[in-house]
Amino acid sequence: MTQLPTHTDKKLGLVIDLDICVGCHACVVACKGWNDQGYGAPLSDQDPYGGDPTGTFLNRVHSFEIIPEKGAAQTVHFPKSCLHCEDAPCVTVCPTGASYKRSEDGIVLVNEDACIGCGLCAWACPYGARELDQAAGVMKKCTLCVDRIYNENLPEIDREPACVRTCPANARHFGDFADPASAVNQLVTERGGIDLMPEQGTKPVNKYLPPRAKDDLEETDFLAPLLDIQAPEQNDGFVGWLDKILEKI
Amino acid sequence: MHPAPSVIIFTVLSGLGFGLLTWLGLGVIAPTGWVAFAFYVIAYGLAVVGLLASTFHLGNPKNALLAFSQWRTSWLSREAWLSLAALAVIGLYAVGSIFFDNHIKILGILGAILSLATVFATSMIYAQLPTIPRWNHWSTTALFILFSLSGGALLAGQSRLAGALFLALTIALVFTWKSGDTRFARSGSNMSTATGLGTAGQIRMVESPHTGTNYLLREMVHVVGRKHIDKLRVISLLCAGVIPAILLLATPAGHILALTVVAIHLLGAFTARWLFFAEAEHVVGLYYGKRS
Repeated sequence: MTQLPTHTDKKLGLVIDLDICVGCHACVVACKGWNDQGYGAPLSDQDPYGGDPTGTFLNRVHSFEIIPEKGAAQTVHFPKSCLHCEDAPCVTVCPTGASYKRSEDGIVLVNEDACIGCGLCAWACPYGARELDQAAGVMKKCTLCVDRIYNENLPEIDREPACVRTCPANARHFGDFADPASAVNQLVTERGGIDLMPEQGTKPVNKYLPPRAKDDLEETDFLAPLLDIQAPEQNDGFVGWLDKILEKI
Repeated sequence: MHPAPSVIIFTVLSGLGFGLLTWLGLGVIAPTGWVAFAFYVIAYGLAVVGLLASTFHLGNPKNALLAFSQWRTSWLSREAWLSLAALAVIGLYAVGSIFFDNHIKILGILGAILSLATVFATSMIYAQLPTIPRWNHWSTTALFILFSLSGGALLAGQSRLAGALFLALTIALVFTWKSGDTRFARSGSNMSTATGLGTAGQIRMVESPHTGTNYLLREMVHVVGRKHIDKLRVISLLCAGVIPAILLLATPAGHILALTVVAIHLLGAFTARWLFFAEAEHVVGLYYGKRS
């Protein structure tokens, strides 16, 4: 049913720390690895070993550069997957009811058995979180590893999304945003977590922690003053002699 | 956006078909017998061929019937219902006209409303999307309705009516381009809001998430062919609106002339619809540094 639930008991989602992410793409690989083998159609690749490889991914890492008015530029690695929006526009546009948001935990999912592959949900998503699998012809998106987080066959430590579990820098956190005391909510409050494209009115559940302000570095190289060698006005001393010799060459 | 041929064919042809059905249903022309049969074959042919073409871009068409299920929220689903209802109601009206010389007015008017509502629903599939600012405006709906009504009037042999509507279409085309060109900039979405990094300085992409292309770029960050936009705009404006209007309003009506105008208008309509998709910029391009 493509009517959005008026209330979800939980709001499961991710916090992504842009200050910490090192852009290693481990989450991309872990995501593709896990979601290739269980839930729904596998994430296919086209021409994977040829000259023009493409494929379906549920999570991708962009890299941006912030160029401040003064000071050095700063690189920010920016992982992006489905934000499991409260007002998910991808759900309401779906003509078949394949796209839905669960009332129990707020996860946005695709029922591939009902999907016609029209692509309208991908158009409706501002974040590029949905990709139509070119082999299966159905829409793929982040499931928040719904087949891990409730999976009692896995050790408890593994019951979180593959991207979170694998992140070597701990830049990704998984939790319930409906619970004010949850670790993810505390992180968001402490660090001023933000919504992506709030003007689109999607009310994303996933939050991004902006990079912390960098220190202004003072001059630390104590040899630096010696690097600026200038010939003195009067031509005497070693530097003056060197200057004269070099002029003559 | 990727200008998929199936969607261009679908929106242009079914728009024309439903436009003709609207004028037939309203009784602007009220043919009977074989003449009526010919009109309805043309109208149904266009509408149905268009609707069939729309299934060709589906990744998984075997579930197509489920598209009728979500009319509460989805314009695509509403369009499916409205098109079916329009074809059914006008079908009954057509049977009356063709076989019994009897125009059942109430069915005709209801059918005309449903036909126009179908075109409205088609336009809303695009106009509802805030992710594509160029489309997210009432002018998208106005354009689709005007294309449908003007082309439909032409096919219905109403030279003066069609001529006047082609003038209106010309104005609408110019307006949608003029206002659409700046709507992305006015939408409030930019790299700063997309990444949330804007407060610290200017932002640029240093590395794409992938070395090759992907579905998102192919589907929503279509850039090929934009370089000829000015020429294509002139071609579509002249062929879809200006030339048909002049020919219909300034020369005596006739079948040869009408056929010529249909051909010219179709060329313009297909060009305009291609531009409608090719020019539309999706906000996801911001994450790829493709929107300035």
